[in-house]
Amino acid sequence: MASTPELVVEPGAPIRERRAPSRRKKLVPYALLAPGGLWLFVFFMLPVVLMLGTSLKSGGLLSGGGFQFTWEWSNYGDALSTNAQFFRRSLSYSAVVTVLGLLLMYPLAYWIAFYGGKWKSSLLLLMLLPFFVSFVIRTVQWKFILGDNNPYFFGFLKDLGVLPQDFHILATPWAVIAGITYNYMPFTALPLYVALERIDKGLVEAAKDLYASKWAAFRKVVFPLSLPGVFAAFLLTFVPATGDYVNSDILGSAETFMIGQRIQTKFLTDLDYPAAAALSIILMIGMVILASIYARILGSEEAANVATGGV
Amino acid sequence: MKSGWVLPVYSMLMIFYLTIPVFLMILYGFNDLPGNTERQTPRFWGFTLHWFLNPFQDPQLTEAFWRSIKIAGGTVVFATPIGALLGLALGRYWFRARGSVNFVIFLAIAVPEIVLGSSLLTLFISWSQSAQLSATSPTLGWQTLLLSHVSFSIPFVAVTVRARVAGMDRSLEEAGQDLFATPVVTFFKVTLPLILPGIFAGALLAFVLSLDDFVISNFVFGSDKTFPIWVYGATKIGLPPTVNVIGTYLFLAGVVLALLTAVLQRRRV
Repeated sequence: MASTPELVVEPGAPIRERRAPSRRKKLVPYALLAPGGLWLFVFFMLPVVLMLGTSLKSGGLLSGGGFQFTWEWSNYGDALSTNAQFFRRSLSYSAVVTVLGLLLMYPLAYWIAFYGGKWKSSLLLLMLLPFFVSFVIRTVQWKFILGDNNPYFFGFLKDLGVLPQDFHILATPWAVIAGITYNYMPFTALPLYVALERIDKGLVEAAKDLYASKWAAFRKVVFPLSLPGVFAAFLLTFVPATGDYVNSDILGSAETFMIGQRIQTKFLTDLDYPAAAALSIILMIGMVILASIYARILGSEEAANVATGGV
Repeated sequence: MKSGWVLPVYSMLMIFYLTIPVFLMILYGFNDLPGNTERQTPRFWGFTLHWFLNPFQDPQLTEAFWRSIKIAGGTVVFATPIGALLGLALGRYWFRARGSVNFVIFLAIAVPEIVLGSSLLTLFISWSQSAQLSATSPTLGWQTLLLSHVSFSIPFVAVTVRARVAGMDRSLEEAGQDLFATPVVTFFKVTLPLILPGIFAGALLAFVLSLDDFVISNFVFGSDKTFPIWVYGATKIGLPPTVNVIGTYLFLAGVVLALLTAVLQRRRV
């Protein structure tokens, strides 16, 4: 993948009639591109533009006879000021989640990539197993596991006297953080694994031949080479974690309300489309900035490859 | 290379941690709840095959489940060819817009689902309110679900196929042409069989993504609940064990399909 040639020989030109590619052949990639490009334009780019438009409207659906487009930039100021606590909370949760996920998954990904041997694919499948269970069901399992009266875990520890009777973790920020960390773990682990797997093991041998200790070889060779994966893991965990609302809804309480829940409520319950759209756009801009930095470093093709684990 | 014992033990613990909810989901599908209760409890009361043998008792759950399957199937039908053509264009041709298209695809993958969901709802609302186009607008329900699922699956299919195309040995195509195969024949006899595993993997990804989607669907489902949406609603009142059973069946199907794809992917030439 890394060695994709930038200049591709026109594949259609047979040797017996070698000549400059015809105009028709130049159109081939565009013809292939057309359906997907058109679809992404109508159902990805256009919606974002429409949402941008909605975010600048004023008025109310129930009062004032609908929304009018009035370049209402104050929607953004309002969205930021009235939701500051939710933004702060979401960002701090997802920062903790991302750091936790990276710290927990790096050694695992490293071990599978370097020492997995013939078990590599099986271990990788085990690592990605949560992916095969429905997101909502996974989260509900954690609700049971972390439940105050789970007779096999917290309830048991309480009966033993290890934990005080009034101990509880469900409905606290920690339950939400634990849930998000778990749910996005495959997103954290996969890019780390892909980056580590690509590292030429010979380089580590070479470092050792040059009398580098195991730790020094890791610090000076392996870790720097795995950094694109670390950044991909960061991006792919941090961004969705910030927008997540399922975990906070199932495992949290009113005190753990996150920005995703705000957008959801504004859109679907309050029908306050401009405010909801402004919040979404703010989230999107944050994401685009992060993604652009990342794509600038790696190139967008490489970025998307690492991001999806080059499946 | 040898590793000490700390790393392997740690890794096993991590894998245990990652798989425990999967294990619990399966186990509690066998939970022999006391009396006539049909809501899951944290306590495991004993084994029963009752739920596994009768997973489709709740008509609404059943309806939601089959709707999910149909929409996932429809998503595969539309997203696979569209995404595969996109992947083919990006993987083997060099053209002016290539960088921008790659970036748009990357954005579409990286954008938070909540943003995708809310923007798609905005589109459908604007569509139905537009003076000229409202007659053609889809009603919120299975139509908008399908359109949305196809949209978020296309980039994933494209990336999967692109990786396969880029990793393809181009000399095989050249060999075909040296043997006087026309470009069209070369494509169908050489190129397509080579990238087919990538297309298959992309189709599987589209199916799984569609089946599992909650956040985007929750914006556009109207009143046509999918399996994840039904489960989400039911968490407030307690889940019947049949949810564990259906979850288990889906899980097993996913694992089997993934293994099949892995075998196909390995077959190089």
